[in-house]
Formats: sequence, structure tokens, C-alpha cells
Amino acid sequence: MKCTKCGDTAILELRRHNAAFCTPDFLTFFRRQVAAAVRKHRMFTRDERVLVAVSGGKDSLALWDVLIEESYQTSGLYLDLGIHDYSVESKAKCEAFAAARGVPLIVSSVAEAVGAPVPVMQKVTRRPACSGCGLSKRYLMNKAALDHGFPVVATGHNLDDEAATLLGSVMQWQTDALSRQSPALPSTHRRLARRVKPLYRLSERETAAYAFLRKIDYIVEECPFARGATSIAHKEILSRMEAVSPGAKHNFLFGFLEKARAAFERSETVRLEECERCGQVTTGTICAFCRLADEVKRSS
Amino acid sequence: MKVVLRNPRREVDVAGPRRVKDVLKELRIIPETVLIIRGDELLTGDAMLDDTDTVELRPVMSGGGVGPGHLP
Repeated sequence: MKCTKCGDTAILELRRHNAAFCTPDFLTFFRRQVAAAVRKHRMFTRDERVLVAVSGGKDSLALWDVLIEESYQTSGLYLDLGIHDYSVESKAKCEAFAAARGVPLIVSSVAEAVGAPVPVMQKVTRRPACSGCGLSKRYLMNKAALDHGFPVVATGHNLDDEAATLLGSVMQWQTDALSRQSPALPSTHRRLARRVKPLYRLSERETAAYAFLRKIDYIVEECPFARGATSIAHKEILSRMEAVSPGAKHNFLFGFLEKARAAFERSETVRLEECERCGQVTTGTICAFCRLADEVKRSS
Repeated sequence: MKVVLRNPRREVDVAGPRRVKDVLKELRIIPETVLIIRGDELLTGDAMLDDTDTVELRPVMSGGGVGPGHLP
């Protein structure tokens, strides 16, 4: 197979774009997709400091790599979830990545903040591990941004992540979630950092290829708690659809963003308050994170 | 040829010569869910593999240690 751009040997076929690329042209394609996302949604500028949430996986490290290469002012944020060997290995990958590139990495421990690591949190709350983990991650990302003066947090969510989330929300008709699904969420409160997803135009196969070609040492094994997760089932369904109809995921997500999302936007804005305990934003008086920490404390 | 699969890591032998896309079909793996790696290079579906090759089919799906996506 030949590169669509230069005719050299292709290393990756992108059926949804009816194209195939050699290594240099694929890397150019990838960076342009990120640039297009940043530009279209005015995610951040080169004058702003960007906090990149990194997990040690291919997506977040690929994102950080692109932003460093494009001369953005970035720092990494690694949240130590305390998930046994998985967290030990993923933290080591992030530290090695940051050290090799001479960029700062902030490490924040979920166990220190909540009072217990994710595996204990799961037992205490008797809810799926992903529930407390997701809540903790969103809270600690915003807290780190506020504490260290970052106006924006960038995450490595890709096209597949976003399409699977969309499918999950549609399957349950979660209209609140549909109104919030966006490549860029603005700050709606002075204590809320912007959240952006610069990889949303790229599939996870493309981010994996980018990470491989850039020789990024990422953790291939995934979180042990994610096995059997509904989001994985949704990804598999979408991948089967993609196999018979290239572009299906793209059309599903982009069609929603361009044609349908506006219909789900709230007519009234949600009133955000500051948590009486920690000062972070909440719709109530005590935020969900502080309530989770209370629950952990009570049981220990 | 030796085919290396992940999550869990294991190896299977597949007779060559054969194109990558035919190996994936035999193993019932959806092409979009893996990178095909031989040494330090990526391969497209039409690349020819022979008996002496070792290729890794690295899953790209994040959010779960599920390995490659399989056809029903």
C-alpha cells in the first residue's frame, strides 16, 4: 500500500479518510488534526499554561508529546489511583516521559485526598470502582489546576472515547450528559478550570500509532477495574460498525456535535456554589468528593 | 509465523506466507482494533508475512484490558 501523499510505503491505512500514510505524512496528519481541534474550539493559546492530565497510557502521553512539540506551555498531572502494580507502572511511565523531555510533572495521590486508594474506595462504597475513580479524577484535576494556576486542563479523550460515551448517553437518554458532551467545556465559575479534549478528532488506533512511531513508552495493559465495563462493550459495538462502514464513529460523533448537541443544551444554566468544606464548585452545599471522603472515613 | 497477542500476552503460530489482513481474518480480529507491529515498523493489511516473521497485534482500545476486538 502506498502513501496517499507521497507514494512511499504506507504504514497505516485510514479507511474513514480513504487514505494511507507513510510515517512522516502520518505524523503531519496527526499534528494537524490536533491543531484543527485546538483552533476550532479555541481550546488554549501559546500564552496560556496548559495542565495535561496523563495516565501513562498512549492517548494522554501522545497528547502531551504533540503539545510539547508544538511549543505549548505544558505541565503534566499524574493522579496516583493506588491500583496496585498498574498504578506503579503507569506512574513510572509518566515520570520517565517527563524526565526525558525536561517538562514538569505534578503528582497527586487519590489515597491522600480521599483517605483510601481506588480498590478500597470500591469496597467501602460498594459502587463500581470507575464511579469513585472518575469523581476523584475530575475533582483532583480541577483542584490541581486551581492550586497551580492553570486556566485549562487537557485530557487525552479520543474519537473512540467520545463516540462510546455518546452511545452510552443515547442508550439511556441522559440528556444532562448529552448537553455536557463537548470537545471543550468552558469555565462557568471562577473556581472551575476549562476542560478540553484536543484528540477528539483522532481515533485510538491513530493515537496508538502516533505513540508507537514517536517511540513513546506507554502502558499497554489497561486498568484492571475496567474489564467488563459497559463503555468497552460500546466501543466494541462501534468498532464492528466501523469495520463494515468506515467513518461510522466519526459521523456519529461529529453529526451529534454539529447537528444535535444544541437541542440538548439547558435552557437554564445550573447554579454553581462553592463547597462549604473544600471551596470547590458544587450544585449543593457539600460537594460529592467531600461526601465520598466522609464515607471512606466513616468505614475506616 | 509467530503472532503475539496482548491482554493477556500469548503467542500463536500461523502458517505463512500470508497477508496481514488474512491473518487477522483467521484470528477473527477486527483490523481497526489493533496495530500490526513487526520489529520497529507498522504494517498495513496488504503487507505479506512469511514463516520467519514475528508480528505483534497490539490492541488499541483504551479503558479496559480487553485485548483486540473480535468479530462475533
